[in-house]
Amino acid sequence: MTMKRRDFVASTALAAGGLILAPKLARPAGGLMTRYSLAPPVDPATKELLLSAVDAAMSSGAQFVDARVELVRTQSVSTRELQITGVSETSTQGVGVRVFFDGSWGFAATQELSKEPVARAAQSATAMARANAKIGRGNIHLAPVDGYGDVTWTSDFEIDPWDVSVEDKAAQFLALNEIAVAAENVSFVSSGVQSVKIDKTLATSEGTVAAQRLVRLSPFMTITAVSSDRSDFQTRGSVVEPAGSGYEYVNANMTSANVERWAAEASAKLSAASVESGKYDLVLHPSHLWLTIHESIGHPTELDRALGYEANYAGTSFLSPPEAVLGSLRYGPDFMNVEAERTSSGGLVTIGWDDEGVPADRWMLIDKGIFVDYQTTREQVDWISDITGITHSHGCAYADGWSSIPFQRMPNINLMPGEEDLTEDDIVSGVDDGIFVEGRGSYSIDQQRYNFQFGGQVFWEIKGGKKTRMLRDVGYQARTTDFWNSLAAIGGPSTYFVGGTFRDGKGQPGQINAVSHGCPVSLFQNISVLNTGG
Amino acid sequence: MSVGTGDRRGLSADEARELSTRILRSTSADEARVSLTSGWRGNTRYAVNRITTAGEFERVQASITVRFGKRQATITTNRLDADAITEAVASVQAQARLTPEDPEAMPELGPQRYADSAGYHDSTANLGPEARSEIAADGIQTAIEAGGIDVAGFLDVSAGSGSVANNAGLFAYHASTSATYSITARTADGTGSGWSGFGERDWAATDSGSAHAQAVETALRSREPRTLEPGSYPVVMAPEAVSDLVSRLAFSMDARRADEGRSAFSAEGGGTKLGERIVDERVRLWSDPQGLGSAPYTGDGLPIEPMMWVDDGILSNLSYSRFWAKKQGKQPTGGPGSLRMAGTEKSLEDLISETQRGVFVTRLWYIRSTDPRTISYTGLTRDGTFWIEDGQIQYPVNNFRWNDSPLFVLSALEDMSRPFRVRTSREVPAIRVGEFNFTSVSEAV
Repeated sequence: MTMKRRDFVASTALAAGGLILAPKLARPAGGLMTRYSLAPPVDPATKELLLSAVDAAMSSGAQFVDARVELVRTQSVSTRELQITGVSETSTQGVGVRVFFDGSWGFAATQELSKEPVARAAQSATAMARANAKIGRGNIHLAPVDGYGDVTWTSDFEIDPWDVSVEDKAAQFLALNEIAVAAENVSFVSSGVQSVKIDKTLATSEGTVAAQRLVRLSPFMTITAVSSDRSDFQTRGSVVEPAGSGYEYVNANMTSANVERWAAEASAKLSAASVESGKYDLVLHPSHLWLTIHESIGHPTELDRALGYEANYAGTSFLSPPEAVLGSLRYGPDFMNVEAERTSSGGLVTIGWDDEGVPADRWMLIDKGIFVDYQTTREQVDWISDITGITHSHGCAYADGWSSIPFQRMPNINLMPGEEDLTEDDIVSGVDDGIFVEGRGSYSIDQQRYNFQFGGQVFWEIKGGKKTRMLRDVGYQARTTDFWNSLAAIGGPSTYFVGGTFRDGKGQPGQINAVSHGCPVSLFQNISVLNTGG
Repeated sequence: MSVGTGDRRGLSADEARELSTRILRSTSADEARVSLTSGWRGNTRYAVNRITTAGEFERVQASITVRFGKRQATITTNRLDADAITEAVASVQAQARLTPEDPEAMPELGPQRYADSAGYHDSTANLGPEARSEIAADGIQTAIEAGGIDVAGFLDVSAGSGSVANNAGLFAYHASTSATYSITARTADGTGSGWSGFGERDWAATDSGSAHAQAVETALRSREPRTLEPGSYPVVMAPEAVSDLVSRLAFSMDARRADEGRSAFSAEGGGTKLGERIVDERVRLWSDPQGLGSAPYTGDGLPIEPMMWVDDGILSNLSYSRFWAKKQGKQPTGGPGSLRMAGTEKSLEDLISETQRGVFVTRLWYIRSTDPRTISYTGLTRDGTFWIEDGQIQYPVNNFRWNDSPLFVLSALEDMSRPFRVRTSREVPAIRVGEFNFTSVSEAV
């Protein structure tokens, strides 16, 4: 598995020889630091800096090293009613070096992008890995991966969010707010857009230098209706899903017609009937169901979690031990298929190579209702390869910035649509006494992912196969495998829709991942609903 | 740029003043403010009885807010050489000019006086990788000696400074350290789990060995829980659980939302519930930045003094921003951070021994809002839930999902212990309440 420095240089040079490089020149040094231009393709100065870190760690005895430069830019434009409330931008840049030694990791980072501080970080990471290896040394091996030489990747986008001025963004949202507050009883609206652009270059001791650009956007709007006597207020939020797309995504979704509908829904919630607790059939729209998938399939299928590595924070998983559940645990019915991938266009965690140099993968977690695989990084492959027969990493290593250590994070996880192209109406028409749920609401699940409770944004009573009146105060509680085994129908490809989150937390120190989940409209039978109204 | 040249980690007051001045001089805006954050953070993490990762980094970061009339924008950057500063200032000024006027923009404050708030301790700042791995090793050793236990834990330490400076002559500076530690012990049969943890500014004031012993003991004691039906029960909550509920009450105290009719503290027909009894009369809840070693100022440099939110059960203040205070003719308060809740002289054991029957809750988990009108939440219990009868913990019971509100919980208050430091900047007692609403069983351990 380990590679000597000589091999590393040879493989990099070889692989790089086959690629066309169009490097930007590093800008001249100004002040205390040299600045590096980080746009893909691979920037020679950045590459040299990273290789110096890899070299420094390998010569201190490391067995594997990854060094990563990241420039993370975020911009936020926010408004309320007819006024701006904030325009802010953050730009943070640095190098993180991770070192593997005898089954333990060490990590150090610096914001000084020059050779000496980076070499110090590499040495410090190596010393930490060595110190940790002395205590309860683990039998950890990294799954092999090819060196890919110099490679590049970028998110799919048409309009760079930074090419739309803050003036235009503010004008766009203020105009939408005006529509929202025109609705009956709507007193307040907050809205805006968060844009993220990450330029990162990774160099590994196995000979990959990957320059990648990720663009993500999260448009938001929360509309509040207050009753005229101020005895009640209701909100409609979580209106548009975040996506790994360009600004064209904001323009396509933040439309006047959509805002009129959301505002009308906020207003209607004031007079909606409060739900009666009991058992109902639930038709879950993908704008809601993605989060249930995230919590009840996404997190329990993290292998580190299943084996106790997250016990002190997020918890463990009911999908454990692996030998007792892989290939045998029935998650849901035969027509339930769940894939994991980092390859879909627009996916929030879609990428070319992960943060330890593994190419993006696509694989099944649940096949015909049976749990068949976990999410993995290189160190985790060995833990289950005897059972799965899979000897490569699924490429789930991710760090949320230059000062963060890469570890296993969730890929995009999707419930596949049915073969028959059932529509939303087809599914609703089969329900006699049910509730249609739309949008992300409250969400909570236990530390082994058995017991969950979800709310939503908009609820419709279904009677005799038709949506009738609006309901509110709906929460449903279930046990994960009971819930998924109550899945009675799934919509076809035409109902498939991708939701997601900008802020999925895991790890200590806590790191944030952005992740997408696609799914069709789905029917779950006989689920416990409670009234969550105060 | 090196992070701190003196004995302490992070920029010194002189260094912060010098860098802030340099940035402020490069702006041509009507008003400008610079907030600096600098220092060091280190951590060590362990799981399945071995150290899994450790990491460290240092940083200096500047947030620059500029204002032309009422047009304003902010940029945050960690590139602080002369060219990068020029570039950042040019960029944020261009953005501010393009931004619509913010009618709520408040002028920068002039020079202020701040109370002392001692928050920096060398005992924490000196917790390097080796010291941290020894602490982790002690936790692992405790598990190995107990036998049949896996522990996972995390030590997170930081040391550094923050400052706020503006071109109206204000300069605020605060140095602090923070140490957060937690350990979870799980039994090999998967039926028992125990947790212990704390936050402190001064590592010397902590006892990680006790935390290790307590987590392991709770894990062993919680094995093979018996089934207890969901329902409303008297509950003794350990301080960690109380902290999670009380902080959510405090963070619902925004005055503007109350005035706007969209808060639990809005009064029907108009106005707010200020001055009304909202919980049991023994409840006192206040912010105490100086007492807990936190920065004695807000993000824009406004000095903050201790602020009572709930006094003898009465809603005595809401949280006013500078803008909202001016509009409503009130004093700005700062936010509800650095929370303290008053307790009694009793120990946690006293609360248990005076309980006829009820459930003991070690900690809460995955708490999410279900209705802001009543500050209602759902969540779960975790890592040590027990049945108490005749003043003694009798046996472990299953975990629960609960649906309840800190307003209801603190209205049903029966007794409190002495306060415990549960977070770097939070101190609350354990409590016993007459009822807490468990809505379903969670089989999770």
